[in-house]
Amino acid sequence: MKPNYDIAVIGAGPAGMAAAATAAGQGATVLLIDEQDTPGGQIYRSLSRQNLKDKAILGPEYYAGHKLIAELETSRVEYCPGTTVWQVSEEREIGISGNGAARLLTADQIIIATGAQERPFPVLGWTLPGVMGAGAAQVLLKTGGVTLPDAVFVGTGPLLYLVAHQYLRAGIPIKAILDTTPQGNTFRALAHLPKALADLPSLIKGRRWISQLRASGIAFIKHVGDVRCVGEDTVEAIEYWQSGQWNRIETQAVFLHQGVVPNVNLAMAAGCEHIWNNAQLCWHAKTDKWSQSSIPGISVTGDGAGINGAKSAEISGRIAALGALHRCDLIDTAARDRLAAPARRALAREVRIRPFLDALFRPSQNFRVPANDQTIVCRCEEVTAGAIREAVDLGCMGPNQLKSFTRCGMGPCQGRMCSLTATEIIAQSRNETVANIGAMRLRPPVKPLLLGELADLAIPPDEPNPKVG
Amino acid sequence: MKGARSADVIVIGGGLHGLSCALYLAQAGRRVCIVEKNTIGRHASSANAGGVRQLGRALPEVPLACAALPIWHDIRALVDDDCGFVNSGQIKVAETESQLLSLTERRKTLLGLGYEHEEIIGKQELYDRLPALAPGCVGGMIVQSDGHANPFRTVQAFRRKVESLGVSILENTAVTRVSNRGQTWQINPTREIIEAPVVVNAAGAWGGQIATMLGDHAPVRATALMLMVTERLVPFITPVVGAQGRSLSFKQFDNGTVLIGGAYEGRAEPGHNQTHLDFGGLARNAAAAAALFPAMRRAKILRCWAGIEGQLPDNIPIIGAGRKKGVFHAIGFSAHGFALTPIVGKIIADLVVHGVSGFSTQAFAAGRFASG
Repeated sequence: MKPNYDIAVIGAGPAGMAAAATAAGQGATVLLIDEQDTPGGQIYRSLSRQNLKDKAILGPEYYAGHKLIAELETSRVEYCPGTTVWQVSEEREIGISGNGAARLLTADQIIIATGAQERPFPVLGWTLPGVMGAGAAQVLLKTGGVTLPDAVFVGTGPLLYLVAHQYLRAGIPIKAILDTTPQGNTFRALAHLPKALADLPSLIKGRRWISQLRASGIAFIKHVGDVRCVGEDTVEAIEYWQSGQWNRIETQAVFLHQGVVPNVNLAMAAGCEHIWNNAQLCWHAKTDKWSQSSIPGISVTGDGAGINGAKSAEISGRIAALGALHRCDLIDTAARDRLAAPARRALAREVRIRPFLDALFRPSQNFRVPANDQTIVCRCEEVTAGAIREAVDLGCMGPNQLKSFTRCGMGPCQGRMCSLTATEIIAQSRNETVANIGAMRLRPPVKPLLLGELADLAIPPDEPNPKVG
Repeated sequence: MKGARSADVIVIGGGLHGLSCALYLAQAGRRVCIVEKNTIGRHASSANAGGVRQLGRALPEVPLACAALPIWHDIRALVDDDCGFVNSGQIKVAETESQLLSLTERRKTLLGLGYEHEEIIGKQELYDRLPALAPGCVGGMIVQSDGHANPFRTVQAFRRKVESLGVSILENTAVTRVSNRGQTWQINPTREIIEAPVVVNAAGAWGGQIATMLGDHAPVRATALMLMVTERLVPFITPVVGAQGRSLSFKQFDNGTVLIGGAYEGRAEPGHNQTHLDFGGLARNAAAAAALFPAMRRAKILRCWAGIEGQLPDNIPIIGAGRKKGVFHAIGFSAHGFALTPIVGKIIADLVVHGVSGFSTQAFAAGRFASG
């Protein structure tokens, strides 16, 4: 018999922790499954065992996570760390793997809270050792790993400036910041400024990071139109196009970042309908006001359902939990709506700044759709932008056919690092919208699963299949 | 209503068998129109394991498989592309003496019918050919001329070839109605009319519905046959491997990935062109693979999927003429139709053009399912 829970929550970031704690608080049996060893997701990663002495380095937004982690730890949630989820089915069966063994379980309601990932940043040389996402650079800082001095930060978006600012506060030297924010963005963002002004503290905080970075003497180069990482076996320099010429900075470390996008793989593989968000240039699950996806009983909440940041994710997680509790008949309609009302008001406040940020940090087309045919798009199978355009010329209509044409998206990362880029390249080449081209179809297991783990799930082991003679 | 489009032959279904029928018919000078409800090769044709096998065929299929293999060995002559065909050989492993005895009996049966392609190998040769095999196996059966090909590449090659021969392909065009006026069949008479004196039903898992429209009974059941593929591994095996006592198909591609199947069924939703996986079945499939190749336990599975295939109750297809004049069927290949692709098209084309083919199609007649 597979174990069954009222509610299973996948991902222990702000949305997942809040959903799990809220659900358990109303008496549901709740399982919270997470890949990391400690709760917190990306934003509060390693918070419960953080030993950086100077709290100013990671800042108050990071330490604010203590409250939510404490709420989780004092709840009745069954917390399952160090565990990957490789499958969620329409019938709400969940395949998990941890400590070298796979298990299947079921839940009446599933809340997918798999958060965000960095948007791919495909430029020449981005696969060289020494080139990594700014998010990975921040992980190094949070987990007390080796930090890389004299790095060049490249890109656009709040996280880029935040991580650079954290490096500055930690006293780790930064060689330069190459800002790729397109020039026209500021103008287009202005239309959303009045609404964003309601969240003045966030605006001021962002401005302060940038002005302090510039005041620190770090080379801060704006309006960078193109970049390429160069080196033989490892990155040796970054070259950038600005003011009509290529310039060069010698460096052993490059941190790339151009925003985050929903981590959609699990929800997509489960079969949840997804929609293209043109303001955020990403796919996200289609959900109702209680975060329920197109599949009854499966909800998608937090940044996985559209990028809105950690505070919104926490609130959305609570709303998703209330919806799931109601569908489990653990709370009535009146209780659900009463409990959700303050959360909805808080959420409305939190999202006011988002259209402004989306417009201001919208990455430019040439950093999403590499013009240079040599640029690698699929890192696992080493498929270039040129090879994708060639496939389109041969009649490839979309990212699913592209897999067969080129093997793009068929490697171990399951398309995480290439599907957006590949889809946008096809859309551009075919002069179509991304929404019409469609998303890359994802197949379970969403996370690699050992054949031996799967074999051990056989009941009874080795039973010959009578269907085949 | 648009004007009628006419052809000599309408092929319903743009999978591999439909393409192959169209290819041979076009070579015989017929004007062919393929009508496909989705896109060319969307279902089992692209999602199958690519096995090219004579080994272990049901007896009625043996002549067809043995005729198909020489065509595969020179597939470029047919479609101007090698379709990724590799003459790797196929082996069926016997894990017990009684399984080996069954294989030996089978060889005797085939020899009696004049077929020598299935050979028995002893323990020594088995382990020489499959060094990674688990200890304790006793022997097996091999067909040296068997192999495997790349299904997607095969679909693309057949498509290019039929287009070069002037075959017209209508994709995203479902056949909703068929009517028969005198000597002429009309497809979709209420919308875009296509008419021809001959209709070939190659609609795979949907072939039963089409057969009904054409006046025949074909109890085709849609199945979702599951497959899984691993990460790239160091090359360790050349032949395609099956087992006498297990449901397993196991092969390593040139790129190092290992494809594992065995006709384990997921859930098919033919009405929505969708499949759903059953990890219980995949677990049994993985257990079968791990039992024969223990080192595979450490391999990472990257992807599992299923294609929609047409299954008939007696596990062999319907190939041949229908009851009404001008109707032909090539459907229900029951999970082992890929290898037969280049011969089934020829048989159907011969039946259409000459009224006879060089093969007995009696065992494949639709009439065998007629109820009273």
